[in-house]
Amino acid sequence: MAAVQETVEQVRQIDVDQYKYGFVTNIESEKAPKGLSEDIIRFISAKKNEPEWMLDWRLEAYRRWKTMQEPSWARVDYPPIDFQDLYYYSEPKKKPALKSLDEVDPEILATYEKLGIPLKEQKMLAGVVSDEGEDAGGDEAASGQPRARVAVDAVFDSVSVATTFKEELAKAGVIFCPISEALREHPDLVRKYLGTVVPTTDNFYATLNSAVFSDGSFVYVPEGVRCPMELSTYFRINEAQTGQFERTLIIADKGSYVSYLEGCTAPMRDENQLHAAVVELVALDDAEIKYSTVQNWYPGDADGKGGIYNFVTKRGDCRGRNSKISWTQVETGSAITWKYPSCVLRGENSRGEFYSIAISNGRQQVDSGTKMIHLGKNTSSRIISKGISAGRSQNTYRGLVSAHRKASAARNFTCCDSLLIGNECGAHTVPYIEAKNASATFEHEATTSKISDDQLFYCLQRGLSEEEAVALIVNGFVRDVLQQLPMEFAVEAQKLISISLEGSVG
Amino acid sequence: MTPLLEVKNLHAEIDGKKILNGLDLVVNKGEVHAIMGPNGAGKSTLSYVLAGRDGYEVTEGDVLLNGESMLEMEPSERACKGVFLAFQYPMEIPGVATMTFLRAALNAQRKTRGEPELSSPDAIRKVKDVAGQLGINMDMLKRPVNVGFSGGEKKRAETMQMALLEPKLCLLDETDSGLDIDALKVVSEGVNRLRSPERGFVVITHYQRLLDHIVPDIVHVMSAGKIVRTGGKELAHELEASGYAQYQQEAA
Repeated sequence: MAAVQETVEQVRQIDVDQYKYGFVTNIESEKAPKGLSEDIIRFISAKKNEPEWMLDWRLEAYRRWKTMQEPSWARVDYPPIDFQDLYYYSEPKKKPALKSLDEVDPEILATYEKLGIPLKEQKMLAGVVSDEGEDAGGDEAASGQPRARVAVDAVFDSVSVATTFKEELAKAGVIFCPISEALREHPDLVRKYLGTVVPTTDNFYATLNSAVFSDGSFVYVPEGVRCPMELSTYFRINEAQTGQFERTLIIADKGSYVSYLEGCTAPMRDENQLHAAVVELVALDDAEIKYSTVQNWYPGDADGKGGIYNFVTKRGDCRGRNSKISWTQVETGSAITWKYPSCVLRGENSRGEFYSIAISNGRQQVDSGTKMIHLGKNTSSRIISKGISAGRSQNTYRGLVSAHRKASAARNFTCCDSLLIGNECGAHTVPYIEAKNASATFEHEATTSKISDDQLFYCLQRGLSEEEAVALIVNGFVRDVLQQLPMEFAVEAQKLISISLEGSVG
Repeated sequence: MTPLLEVKNLHAEIDGKKILNGLDLVVNKGEVHAIMGPNGAGKSTLSYVLAGRDGYEVTEGDVLLNGESMLEMEPSERACKGVFLAFQYPMEIPGVATMTFLRAALNAQRKTRGEPELSSPDAIRKVKDVAGQLGINMDMLKRPVNVGFSGGEKKRAETMQMALLEPKLCLLDETDSGLDIDALKVVSEGVNRLRSPERGFVVITHYQRLLDHIVPDIVHVMSAGKIVRTGGKELAHELEASGYAQYQQEAA
């Protein structure tokens, strides 16, 4: 009892104000005027030299959006958002048309450096691929195998600043570029797939995104190609009060494979910032897409003020036979998270996976989960969700598993585990299960546990500090999900988990 | 010479209930003390109070380690000063490999003591050496801490941790519970190997059979929260024959 009591005391003193990544890069940026109207959408589209059909597409979405209502079913609570009080477009003023990172504004590079994440990538950008595992983290990860290479498409606010490894990817026939560029260079591909997984009419936030999306990544992996490197994008929301509306589209053609990493941190702000991204994945016959996210956006201060509102629509379409889409996410940031990376299992024998770690502390509110929609025969899915609540946060898993009439022999395994730290937080599990085909097999397991005083004392008795003990126990709790992350991310994610819970044990 | 452990007139309670009632105990370096007594005498409480567990309130008296009072120290601080408690029921920590746990503990202690942390290969080598002596192989070290371990495996793992962390004062709480005779031998041999002129032991047990294997220098009988009788190792045999009933009456 007493140890938990103490933890609770310490949770009260959490100092999320010291958000490690709360800095602002001082680069003049060009903004569209505040508010949303058809003119603003025309402005965005013109800025990006988009084809006419794209503008029409956006306008149609906008008109639709005006008739829609914000969803209210999630277990999150926030003051109403004034959508006319936001900027819908901003870009660094120095219009970058750069080929290498050397040409990037040093201040932007310094920002990335502060993030700590891309140091390795910077080295790789310079063309250095180290063969021995010289690992700054000092973990056993480095066991001699050559480091995986990562191509970075850095999204700085709304404009992709630099795209690297492009040539090598081009050699393999892989297209990896900002979506604005893809609209100009590969309009047919974009037009063929954009909005086919998340239609413009899908939901309030996705529709808004369709109208105003600024930039994002586009990936096309041609038939039979195994993408030669991990693809990675770092998102940062930098300009105050700039809603950021990313749009990502990844297409894996027949028999191809691609692994995409997305990592996010944002600087500290007083006003809540809206983020409404849309990610669409399309896997054709025998193709596989692995999509990993580490999200570490500003969660707000100790009173829950500030912080990012994250309303994201992520969906993958296993369109072809034997295709596979796997989502892995580590969510530690944002004041509000509303996010359900889903899989539509259309192709016969297709497979969807969802591995998630969602950590909430302070006054964060997380309503996240997945949807596995089984449409095709013999489709299978797997959901492993680990929720960790500390402080006064609320953490909800919301998931849907459904089997269509024709989805004979559909299989799902779901495991939702929640871990509570202290006794002022909440964990909730809301599973929806619909089987319209009698041959479907759905399994659901759920547990809720608390770090026990006995476990803590055992660790302390071995000389670990309380903080180390909690980090160790939590890392054990999330282990099966961490194992799904690419090695480089796994180490980073593990550190991030400890950082996120730092406040919870003083 | 300063005793290793000095417990002076210790009174302690949990949730307002008095458990220890003026307990005195002196353990010198190199000595093995056995504490025996009936259920409810406060034996496990004594081990928790010495290790500094939260929730146990010391209302009177003092506990000195090498002449320094430990009462204000956090459990982890006591551990780093050399207090080790082998648990009667070792806790499970799902998902954390035993090897990871041991390395974390080893390096946390070294860091606190201002010693350099061991590199991964050095730590792994050290753990493997110690584990091998207790018949613990790499497979077991990869398994999560105590998860799915048999009673014998748990106690062997506790003994291994004790050997690895090289404590000054070892507290063994009912180490023999849940052990069959073969496991008892392995664990006892492990403990006996750790006996040294620099180290002291407090072996808490209900039964005499453990003391056939870990032969104590001094045997105490504890009842109603204090030591009621002290003698040599022959006292354990006497207790085995006569039982604890007389001491319960004496204490009352």
